[in-house]
Amino acid sequence: MLIKLEKRKEPSQTMLYATPVIAVLLTMIVGGLLFTIIGHNGFNAVWEIFITPVINPHIWPDLGVKAGPLILIAVGLSIGFKANVWNIGAEGQYIVGALAGTGIALATWEFEGWWILPLMCIAGALGGGLYAAVPAYLKTKLNVNEILTSLMLTYAAIQLLNYLMRGPWKDPEGFNFPETRQFNDSQILPEIGGTIIHMGVPLVFLIAIITWFVMSKSVFGFQIRVVGSAPSAARYGGFSADKTIWAAMLIGGAFAGLAGIFEASGPFQQMVPQFPTGYGFTAIIVAFLGRLHPIGIIFGGLILAVSYVGGEIAQSRLGLPNSAAGIFQALMLFFLLASDILIKYRMKFSSSSAKGEAA
Amino acid sequence: MTDTIIISIIMTIIGASTPILLAALGELVVEKSGVLNLGIEGMMLIGAVTGFAVTSITGYPLLGIFAAMIAATLSSLLFGYLTLSLTANQVSTGLALTIFGIGLSSLMGEGYVGKTIEIFGSWFPTSLVEHPYLRVIFGYSPIVYFSLFMTIAVGYFLNKTRAGLILRAVGESDISAHSIGYSVIGVRYAAVAFGGAMAGIAGCYYSMVLTPLWSDELTAGRGWIALALVVFSAWKPGRLLLGAYLFGAVMTLELHAKAAGFSYVAPEFLAAMPYLATIVVLALISLRKSGSSAAPACLTKPFKPST
Repeated sequence: MLIKLEKRKEPSQTMLYATPVIAVLLTMIVGGLLFTIIGHNGFNAVWEIFITPVINPHIWPDLGVKAGPLILIAVGLSIGFKANVWNIGAEGQYIVGALAGTGIALATWEFEGWWILPLMCIAGALGGGLYAAVPAYLKTKLNVNEILTSLMLTYAAIQLLNYLMRGPWKDPEGFNFPETRQFNDSQILPEIGGTIIHMGVPLVFLIAIITWFVMSKSVFGFQIRVVGSAPSAARYGGFSADKTIWAAMLIGGAFAGLAGIFEASGPFQQMVPQFPTGYGFTAIIVAFLGRLHPIGIIFGGLILAVSYVGGEIAQSRLGLPNSAAGIFQALMLFFLLASDILIKYRMKFSSSSAKGEAA
Repeated sequence: MTDTIIISIIMTIIGASTPILLAALGELVVEKSGVLNLGIEGMMLIGAVTGFAVTSITGYPLLGIFAAMIAATLSSLLFGYLTLSLTANQVSTGLALTIFGIGLSSLMGEGYVGKTIEIFGSWFPTSLVEHPYLRVIFGYSPIVYFSLFMTIAVGYFLNKTRAGLILRAVGESDISAHSIGYSVIGVRYAAVAFGGAMAGIAGCYYSMVLTPLWSDELTAGRGWIALALVVFSAWKPGRLLLGAYLFGAVMTLELHAKAAGFSYVAPEFLAAMPYLATIVVLALISLRKSGSSAAPACLTKPFKPST
């Protein structure tokens, strides 16, 4: 029996929304098999990683805290990806944003007041945006590939973090540990209702919904879509490609930077060298899993948060290595990309081989 | 004494350059066929851990390298299947391959953290390898000589052979190549597989020669530098060799500064140098010739025969 692909007349809307679900299901099956092959109990691994966090309400706050930064970064990136702007250095923008906010926190260490936190958040967004401005400038002025520059800057950002922690920003009363002092009460995002959910989490959901409105209702949103899907039409329509690149990079960087300072003043409450955990890269998976749509990204972020939290559970209960979550996440993206073909093509099963095809 | 210092500096530069040269040579061929594989880092890590594990188990480094090339090639074919057969987006599939490689290598290497193997060193007689001057020629792992051989081989293949011409045609004009009767997808599969094998041996160099032990994310982003190097070289193998050694020199700056007792600049700044230098170099290339005209015309464009 042969499977043949037949081009659809128009992209299937059903498949557009069904394929992420298919991808998650396939990930569970293949991931389970993979872990069985290497000598773990595959079924238990999948259960602990994907099911336990969903059915246990005690874990839900953890999911919110993990999903927050992923959703915020992914929403920012999705604007760029839509316009074919490949900012994959969100991790660096996330770090620099957090550092900029931390800078404000250290400068206002002796002060108290409601104004400190907003200032830190503004600094975070500015820091991330400015860091993303470098690839944007190089792309628009010199046509340098933004994939490479944004990524190189991520590695530079990690070194900047290490330098500040080891040197100028080290806590003077910290027994020489390379970390900043603890943020004071005016510098920490308040927690909601005695849970570990900090103020940043509902803000992220709010930003995602606002972005959805802006992207679907405004001329700007239209411009992004046109530049991405029909560049020549965009030129005739008078949309500047350079302006779109700038906007996409700055928004992506600002959102990543804001996510960074939310994370620093939320769960971390100080800055440490272990701050970068790859959220900037995982957010790329989230953006695609959510179909580059803010509401889809909320779901995508929650699913990835499940895999992170579940990965930790599996690590403590089953002794699964902590790389397990990463493998499941990569598989998810693979299956999503593979099943994308079902949007444009229809699968046809034919029992006899048709004519020899040019492969 | 200064002679010996200069010689050891040259040797560390060549050591640091070899893996990025190998990986970049592979990627150069891949890109010449019109495909952009951002998964180099992931494939290198899969190669690194496979080479280390197989060498550690069997005691035969050549077997380890062979296994590493096979493992990395298989992972590249996964990328190939998604992007070539299923026409998935090359940028995101390449990223997925890197994330997958980081996870898989960490999982596979779990039992090998902290173990060591014997360095896969030079095959020349000890008198030459340890000679104060001649070691600059004879004192390297066979992989170094292999990388030089491959530079010449890739250059010859692309410019002097019929198969190389077909590969370039596929990268420059897939539709024409298809209409003359060449299998665009077939050629691209072969190129992607070659890129995988080269990334695999590049990864081995880290885990079997530079530091004969395994630790997570051993390659530390060097795969991305290899990618930048291909752009830097304007897709020419000769310039790639030059670029790789230049990058190697920048990468080892931190090491040399430390050895020379140079402490005016923070070590973190020196560690960031290769990445910053890459950006500067990419900007300079673009300044010189406006636009990236040297890039293969079909790069990242999926191809789907209409029949």
